[in-house]
Amino acid sequence: MAKMNGAEAIIACLEEAGCDTVFSYPGGAVLGIFEALRNSKQIKNVLTRTEQGATHAASGYARVSGKAGVCIATSGPGATNLVTGLATAYMDSLPVIAITGQVASTMIGTDAFQEIDITGITRPIVKHSYLVTDVNELPQVIKEAFYLATTGRPGPVLIDVPKNISDMECTAEIPGTINLPGYKPTFKGHKLKIKNACKVLQEAKKPLIYAGGGVVSAGAEELLHELAHRLDAPVAVTLMGKSAYPFRDGYFIGMLGIHGAPAANLAVTECDVLLAIGARFDDRVTANVAKFAQEATIIHVDVDPAEIGKNVPSDVPIVGDAAAIIRDMLEFLQPAEHEAWRARIESWRPLTSDAYGEITDSLRFRDVIGRLNSLTRGKVVVTTDVGQHQMVAAQFFNSHRRRGFISSGGLGTMGYGLPSAVGAQLAAPDELVVCVTGDGSFQMTMNELATAKAHNLPIKVILSNNSNLGMVRQLQKYYVDNNYFGIDLEGNPNFEKIAEAYDMAYYRLENPQDIDAVLADALANGRLTLVECIIPKEEMVYPMVLSGHGLDDMVVESNNTPARE
Amino acid sequence: MKHILNVQVQDHSGVLVRVAGLFSRRGYNIDTLTVGATETPGISSMTIVVEGDDRVIEQVTKQLYKIVEVLKIQDVTNDEFVGRELLMLRVQANKEDRLEIMHLCEIFRIKIVDIQRKSFVIEATGTHSKLAAIEEAFRPFGIQEMKRTGLIAMTRGEKLPRKD
Repeated sequence: MAKMNGAEAIIACLEEAGCDTVFSYPGGAVLGIFEALRNSKQIKNVLTRTEQGATHAASGYARVSGKAGVCIATSGPGATNLVTGLATAYMDSLPVIAITGQVASTMIGTDAFQEIDITGITRPIVKHSYLVTDVNELPQVIKEAFYLATTGRPGPVLIDVPKNISDMECTAEIPGTINLPGYKPTFKGHKLKIKNACKVLQEAKKPLIYAGGGVVSAGAEELLHELAHRLDAPVAVTLMGKSAYPFRDGYFIGMLGIHGAPAANLAVTECDVLLAIGARFDDRVTANVAKFAQEATIIHVDVDPAEIGKNVPSDVPIVGDAAAIIRDMLEFLQPAEHEAWRARIESWRPLTSDAYGEITDSLRFRDVIGRLNSLTRGKVVVTTDVGQHQMVAAQFFNSHRRRGFISSGGLGTMGYGLPSAVGAQLAAPDELVVCVTGDGSFQMTMNELATAKAHNLPIKVILSNNSNLGMVRQLQKYYVDNNYFGIDLEGNPNFEKIAEAYDMAYYRLENPQDIDAVLADALANGRLTLVECIIPKEEMVYPMVLSGHGLDDMVVESNNTPARE
Repeated sequence: MKHILNVQVQDHSGVLVRVAGLFSRRGYNIDTLTVGATETPGISSMTIVVEGDDRVIEQVTKQLYKIVEVLKIQDVTNDEFVGRELLMLRVQANKEDRLEIMHLCEIFRIKIVDIQRKSFVIEATGTHSKLAAIEEAFRPFGIQEMKRTGLIAMTRGEKLPRKD
């Protein structure tokens, strides 16, 4: 490398790794890194309003682009503010690289100003981490970090760089190859197991595909499409796999889980072969795990061997990349037909809207999302926060853009929606990015409106305002006997004035008749936009599988009884 | 049941914390963990004794493999292996007991490594149960201090030398 210091080496390595955007917040321990960043022609710096926003933006960027998202923070509080974002990325297997400044290596351990053991704090929530102790390790560390973050089961990697290390002269070259003897992710699936799986699938009478985020990160959407057609098998998805099947062909039966589509939940309960691809049998998907897919032979495809058999024993486990394994399966599989099974599932579809009660005069958030879906034909990027609005978005927005649905699934991080939309919009500058949020979540990271404004990002924020923490309200309704406490968001700001303060276009939506007109205008205005939907706090999300119950035992709105007797 | 895992790791700083942290984070119980150098520079060996059924041990193994520095894991529980722990005891040794203590040491074939006016320091290696028996045998004299290491284990039989 030409003569450069550690900080310049970091930026050169980021450039070499193809990084074009970093989300950052400066401070004393990263002054050198920012000075090097200033001189980069390739990398755009996006100053977020908290470090948490930077991590969420990086993960939103990663989800949309398929590349690693990079964020930079200073030592101490800058670093601790990354924790929630790293945990979010870890739980959802997103490739995020976090670079933190650290006090000078000579000061480590002295409780110096803004010193914190960030590698220690984040150890359980990163795929790997480094505390750099030699400037000449930096090129190798960064090369490895990108490799680790983006291969196998993706995940966040943290690099902690003491201030004096980034100031020292770096003479090491960027290594051409990577030598990680303890890290060899399996890519190709075991041929014999794949053959066994195909045999089981070929004999199935009622096959079901259960696709998760692994399909999205492997880029296996088209292959999954081909597989569903070949097997004549419907596809249910997880929240992380919402965009795993962006096709309009009748095979997609929606999200499964405790707020899943009745058709998907009933199909899981009745299927005789369940093919899980890139999904991890999360408790929000399985509900009572002892009652999950009891009739089925389970084939589990996952790139992470530790996921296989973790929650649900599988009959045919296959470790490897979803795309590689589906491709191999397609070599063996003959076309199948399951007319009766498909028809049975079709008969369940209307249960999704039946789960809800009579139409009332007040605005229902599901209608807003339903119209958003129709008007955009699902071809926009949607980010969500966490709560009732998130489940409504998952139920009523069918993602028809690859990598187009971004939500915090595993950790359930409120405050994810807006900053991840910032990252998504920067990764897809020419597309519409819609952030679906609630008044609780939105206020957690609303400060990132400034980032959106500064970069002229025309994000559409669709806010479900029920002046309540609706999902907690729903839990209190069912689990603590309607004893509502601690959920009234009294003191909410005037959101119109918030919009005005950030130069946003603002729409207030209160009347069901106005949905189309407001959405059409909001989507076309080319500006940073807030659509505030006034929703009654009594509106709940249905169906709902109560704790301890099986997926087919769903509570619905009309009479609080199971959807199917 | 107890399982004995031999884990080869790259001896980077932080790897011990990563391994130990994994056990607490996933709710597995470590009985003992012993770590030390191996014949290969840069590679350490950990012997971990962990309680759990086969399903738990399978998860432990898979999760351990996800640590980037973990190179190889061998569950030697059901293999032919030699396992040893080290015990050191400071036992009260009054005049009237000294001969009996020395006699006991001969019987157990263990060493006295320090002699003071009123106490001996005794060093013993052996299996978990042998050391437990030794502890019991010396207890009546008065154990002033006791330290034990965890287990280290090596499988029996030939092993080809490393090619490097």
